[in-house]
Amino acid sequence: MRYLKAPAALALAIGIVAAACGGGSGGGTPSASPGASTAVVSSDPFVMLSTQLNTVTESEALRTQILNGFTAAKVEFRGETAGPFADRIVAESKTKGTVGVVGGLHGDFGALDLNLFEDLTPLATKLKDRGFPAEFMELGKLGTTRQIYIPWMQATYILGVNKQALQYLPSGVSVDNITYQQLTQWCKNISDQTGRKRCGLPAGPMSLLHRLIQGYMYPAYTGGLVTTYKSPEAATLWQDLKNLWQYTNPQSLQIDFMQESMLSGEVWVGFDHVARLVKAFEGKPNDFVAAPAPKGPKGLYYMSVLAGLGIPKSTPNKSGAEAFIDYMTTPAVQSKTLTAVAFFPVIGSTLPADLPPHLKIEADGVAKQAKSPDAKVALLPIGLGAKGGEFNKVQLDTFQRIVIKGEDIQKVLTEQAAILQAVMNDTKAPCWKPDPPSTGPCQVK
Amino acid sequence: MAVRAGRALPFPARIARSEAVLPLGLLAPTIIFLTLLILIPVAQAILLSFQAVPGTLGFEAYRRMVTDVAFADSLKNTLLLLVLVVPVQLVLALAMALLIHSRFPGHGVFLYIFALPLAISDLAAGIVWLAVFSDTGYLNSALTGLGLTTDPINFLSYENMHLVLGTVIVAESWRATAIVLVILLAGLQLIPREYFEAADLFGASRLKRTLLIVLPMLRPSLQSALIIRTIFAFQTFAVVLALAGRQLPVLSYEAYDWYYNNRNEFIAAAFAALILLMTMTVVFFYLRLLRVKDAEIQR
Repeated sequence: MRYLKAPAALALAIGIVAAACGGGSGGGTPSASPGASTAVVSSDPFVMLSTQLNTVTESEALRTQILNGFTAAKVEFRGETAGPFADRIVAESKTKGTVGVVGGLHGDFGALDLNLFEDLTPLATKLKDRGFPAEFMELGKLGTTRQIYIPWMQATYILGVNKQALQYLPSGVSVDNITYQQLTQWCKNISDQTGRKRCGLPAGPMSLLHRLIQGYMYPAYTGGLVTTYKSPEAATLWQDLKNLWQYTNPQSLQIDFMQESMLSGEVWVGFDHVARLVKAFEGKPNDFVAAPAPKGPKGLYYMSVLAGLGIPKSTPNKSGAEAFIDYMTTPAVQSKTLTAVAFFPVIGSTLPADLPPHLKIEADGVAKQAKSPDAKVALLPIGLGAKGGEFNKVQLDTFQRIVIKGEDIQKVLTEQAAILQAVMNDTKAPCWKPDPPSTGPCQVK
Repeated sequence: MAVRAGRALPFPARIARSEAVLPLGLLAPTIIFLTLLILIPVAQAILLSFQAVPGTLGFEAYRRMVTDVAFADSLKNTLLLLVLVVPVQLVLALAMALLIHSRFPGHGVFLYIFALPLAISDLAAGIVWLAVFSDTGYLNSALTGLGLTTDPINFLSYENMHLVLGTVIVAESWRATAIVLVILLAGLQLIPREYFEAADLFGASRLKRTLLIVLPMLRPSLQSALIIRTIFAFQTFAVVLALAGRQLPVLSYEAYDWYYNNRNEFIAAAFAALILLMTMTVVFFYLRLLRVKDAEIQR
């Protein structure tokens, strides 16, 4: 049970008196705080710091379409990359904070000391009628007994396909059920018959290539990630990826977001995060379809990307932050989030029937992927803390050395597996799905 | 006591009379500024680079830096860009400065046009050049439109690193030649007219005037320009990032990548310390090579 410090108790008392005298409650939803039967939402302004929606267009959409509906307190949105995000939360924990709410991926929270965050269990109890999937709530605890974050929105990675590419599919292959080898054949056909390499992998400096390797390719070929890093199946994966790369647009190394290249027609078949494809679907909804990620010998693995909202202990307005999370997870705001920034709801509501065409394309692709008979979920890396970046670098360096520089596959895998093992030993992180559970740090076999 | 106090100057005046005080007072803001914002952070960064193993001082961060996959390439590319870009810029800027300095009608317009890139941020410049060089960019559209090529040329493909490097050199030259131009133009304007008048009197050709008067008299400006450009060249980052992505690693990108993406401030600090060391070495070399004697300044 948290005890109220004297100034806070005084503020609360004044707030209650003010409200009782008709001083205005700020117009927000009054939220019940633990231990007190009623409480008033403070209207003190605060910052929402987020690693998600940190591009200019996404931030603008959030500010103008979503934040303006929250009237209890003024919320200023600040999008950041993972580094400054973590630094600011740690720095504010040592002083008077301005950040009231943080929004980040599961891994962004995992990279920080979890004691910096409030326990949101009471808020979770209050919001349980929203219908968050149980596994999302469990992920939000990050292996502790405390609710570190409340699920906010989700996304995944799919194939965006220009309809012109469909005619070059290998015979008998459906775009909704394609293997990595068939994808390579498809890209070869396109390259041979149009004279241009029109398949794209996002491999630019700000791309999410490491996630495609971690959550899609490795599990689909080896059924694992860390444990199988240098297995013979992994060698097959890298050989296949090398083959695919031959028919991949060489500009892929500058591509961070697949959508621009798809809109310009430089790329016809692109594999990327839904939020990084959606502008193509929006710009030319009649030209594109979305398809599930390719399969490997072990089936179709896909990564479910979960973002959550947490409250740092240094928050300047806890009641306002709780009311804000309440607001962000209402069905109306969840639908609006989908239309504004193309991230999917995390609550148990069905999608609105009148989706705009580009979101319909995206939603169809995501649904086909999730319903694919051999689809299995791979998780984002868990428990790596600040070493998450170095973990990603292992896959990116492996890609550079094998695929771009053409080094010997087995040699590279052996060397990179040693670096990977060092990261695992440093963090003592146990294995996560699809690797089998481990006692102690996950071991490369 | 009263007599002595009476003879001595009042306190503020005594301070002002002291010869050392005025210069020190004028330097103080700069010294405080440099100490707080440059010297202390530099010392902290260097210290950080030796603290990779918690609780000890050692070379672990440097060991990991030199064994990193991208280290050799980033070192090579940084030096290559330095060697290729700086001379191109110096020659271009000198030609542009001489052109403007010749005071032909309308020379002011050229100055504005040449100085325009100064107003544009690095990353914006990089993105502008990306729009020029990409597969569907302006250059390829123009080449195809003129019937010179049928298929677009992949200027930015890892398959042809010479072209990638070429595009970076063009973009960097465009972006940062203006700063060299401004320094050289200021230097040109400081050369007393009498020298040129004397040269005219003896019937010196334009070439001779340039070689025998302009270049020697410009040495202090050339030195400043070279130093500033070299420091910038070691920091080249945004243009390379926009045009070449990960395929053309440079040292400053690696420092950024280790800090922001890989979240390892120790290795990032090691890269930063290396950039500092290299910059200082080259600047020292310039200062020795282009040493300006006191007598020359007074001329």
